[in-house]
Amino acid sequence: MKLTGAQILMKALKEEGVETIFGYPGGAVIEIYDALSQTDIEHVLVRHEQGAVHAADGYARAKGQVGVCLVTSGPGATNTVTGIASAYMDSIPIVIITGQVPTSLIGNDAFQEVDIVGITRPCTKHNYLVKNIDDLAKTVKEAFYIASSGRPGPVLIDIPKDITTSKTIYKAPEKINLKSYNPTYNPNLKQLAKVVSLIKEAKKPVIFAGGGIILSKASEELRELAYYANIPVTTSLMGLGAFPGTHPLWLGMLGMHGTFRANMSIAECDLLLAIGVRFDDRVTGRTDAFASKAKIVHVDIDPTSIHKNINVHVPVVGDCKATLCQLNKMIKQQIPDKNFPDSKTWIDTIQEWKKTTPLAYDQKDIIKPQYVIEKLYEVTKGQAIITTEVGQNQMWAAQYYHYDSPNHFITSGGLGCMGFGLPAAIGAQKARPDKLVVDIAGDGSIQMNIQELATAVQHCLPVKIVILNNGYLGMVRQWQQLFYERRYSCTRMEFAPDFVKLAEAFGAVGFRTSKPEEVVSILQQGIAINKPVIMDFIVEKEENVYPMVPAGKALTEMLLV
Amino acid sequence: MENGKTVLSIIVDNQPGVLSRIAGLFSGRGYNIESLCVAETDDPLVSRITLVTKGNKLIIEQIKKQLHKLINVITVHDLTETKYVERELALIKINAKPKDRAEILRMVDVFRSKVIDVGHEHFTIEITGDEEKLKAFINILKPMGIKEIARTGTIALARELQ
Repeated sequence: MKLTGAQILMKALKEEGVETIFGYPGGAVIEIYDALSQTDIEHVLVRHEQGAVHAADGYARAKGQVGVCLVTSGPGATNTVTGIASAYMDSIPIVIITGQVPTSLIGNDAFQEVDIVGITRPCTKHNYLVKNIDDLAKTVKEAFYIASSGRPGPVLIDIPKDITTSKTIYKAPEKINLKSYNPTYNPNLKQLAKVVSLIKEAKKPVIFAGGGIILSKASEELRELAYYANIPVTTSLMGLGAFPGTHPLWLGMLGMHGTFRANMSIAECDLLLAIGVRFDDRVTGRTDAFASKAKIVHVDIDPTSIHKNINVHVPVVGDCKATLCQLNKMIKQQIPDKNFPDSKTWIDTIQEWKKTTPLAYDQKDIIKPQYVIEKLYEVTKGQAIITTEVGQNQMWAAQYYHYDSPNHFITSGGLGCMGFGLPAAIGAQKARPDKLVVDIAGDGSIQMNIQELATAVQHCLPVKIVILNNGYLGMVRQWQQLFYERRYSCTRMEFAPDFVKLAEAFGAVGFRTSKPEEVVSILQQGIAINKPVIMDFIVEKEENVYPMVPAGKALTEMLLV
Repeated sequence: MENGKTVLSIIVDNQPGVLSRIAGLFSGRGYNIESLCVAETDDPLVSRITLVTKGNKLIIEQIKKQLHKLINVITVHDLTETKYVERELALIKINAKPKDRAEILRMVDVFRSKVIDVGHEHFTIEITGDEEKLKAFINILKPMGIKEIARTGTIALARELQ
């Protein structure tokens, strides 16, 4: 039986197990939307296409599966670019389906035509323009395979309107076999043997884990390694939750706003096991001073990550999970329990750093943003899925909320994309209806995609938004204060909407307070309501995120207050 | 071999947009393409790109790995790591006044090139060879007044082991 292109697309999506699509209809995808209405795939109608991609991103991270979004040609497609770039930087598996003008009009500057394949070439893992309906089913299968395998990433499929209406017989290959794409999952055993002997000899080892651990679902294996060999663990922003944030071996996040002990450990360690990380400049600070006393082992599935920013001694190309499984096995065979070099001095040093220079703030008459996060952690018992916007709110959310499990901290790490948190929370809530999902926001960031509150209300997704309202674009203001002699150029938001009334106008619920003693009760009330809620906390205006490593400085050159 | 010339032989899917992905990778990451040749191979489904670039060891390593990461790239060979043969074709249109003609033809002969078009005031010469030979030939002809040059850029293949 012949099916239309739109029906073939739906069938192919069903075969991939797609349950939810985030999208926004338009002329070029009207046929696809018609076919969608005949399936049981759920559709979340966003209010802006950027929101659709961030929501698919949040969905993918919370669920550990490919997220899908569907938008029309032209402006629908261009509006997805920021979201795609963010997912690309963070290696998040999503498939973006864009409508395109009919093939006969491509290149003619037709109404709502853009070359989205050309535009997104540098920010997708791969992309396709489907010009032949017989390729459609295969292309969808390939797209999901590429998005979710190897180092994951966004894949875009551009489908001209005439392809969605013409008919053919559904035919997709059983298995995708691309001669030009064959990621390496299993590590080289000789390299691992070197890693084992380095671990055997190390007196001051540190594990530095990243988003790769979460993407390859290797948290269990990471914990096994750290516990067995008694190695302290730090993670990048993307790796938060890969190791329990409450465990004694936990160092906190490292980098520009990392903890004192994490950054000092990197500077002092003699072995750095970097697993599923890409040594972002926000992590390394000045690269020649990064882990300069250590032998560095780097495990990553993407060979281009290795030797890119940091020269390493033992590179291991492989999937984090496969590599750690193998490594744990080898370590247990070769190093009997309790036979590790005495790491007590090292652990004691770290404990001393923790004691003398902890994360700290001083809560007085005005609410401190850190206090709000700490109370949120207590009220939610650390069980919430946290999404963030970008800036100070994001860093405090990373420092003061403690993540015990993976897929619970969802943030735009690489691109640092303001406006990410609310749509990502919507996606995460859709993926995990059983969980409490909280977007930690600033008053600046939340205004970038506030329209998505309507999406949350329409689809009964009871996300909670905590606004740390300081009336500034806080992170830029902090830089201006520290490095530009307090010339606050254009960072003061002199006007902001009344977020409580705004919430009400959207059909959500709003709270506001400027009193420290009301923070807990508002969090409790807000969380108890089974609807989207904005909690607007008027916080200290000029609070800074500390510690801070100024850009281009070594990790040890931290500003502490 | 600091910042030496590197000749990459890249086998890719013969599909629209592949060249753009490769060119985009170079421009997006701040690498430079010195020359580039693309054509179908004996298998119509794949093309060979011969690309010449420069950079230190680390940059060349990144370029090779980044190229490999592109989905449509099947293999990347660094010919400069092995023995290889290379050729480039140039068409050179040169002023050919009657008094210079004999000298030009002698040079054409010495360099084993060919005159392929003759006019009242010009010759067009076809020459193939490696970069050095072309450079030398062009230098010799310069004093006569070169009107235009079209060059293909390097194409290359690895030598078979003897």
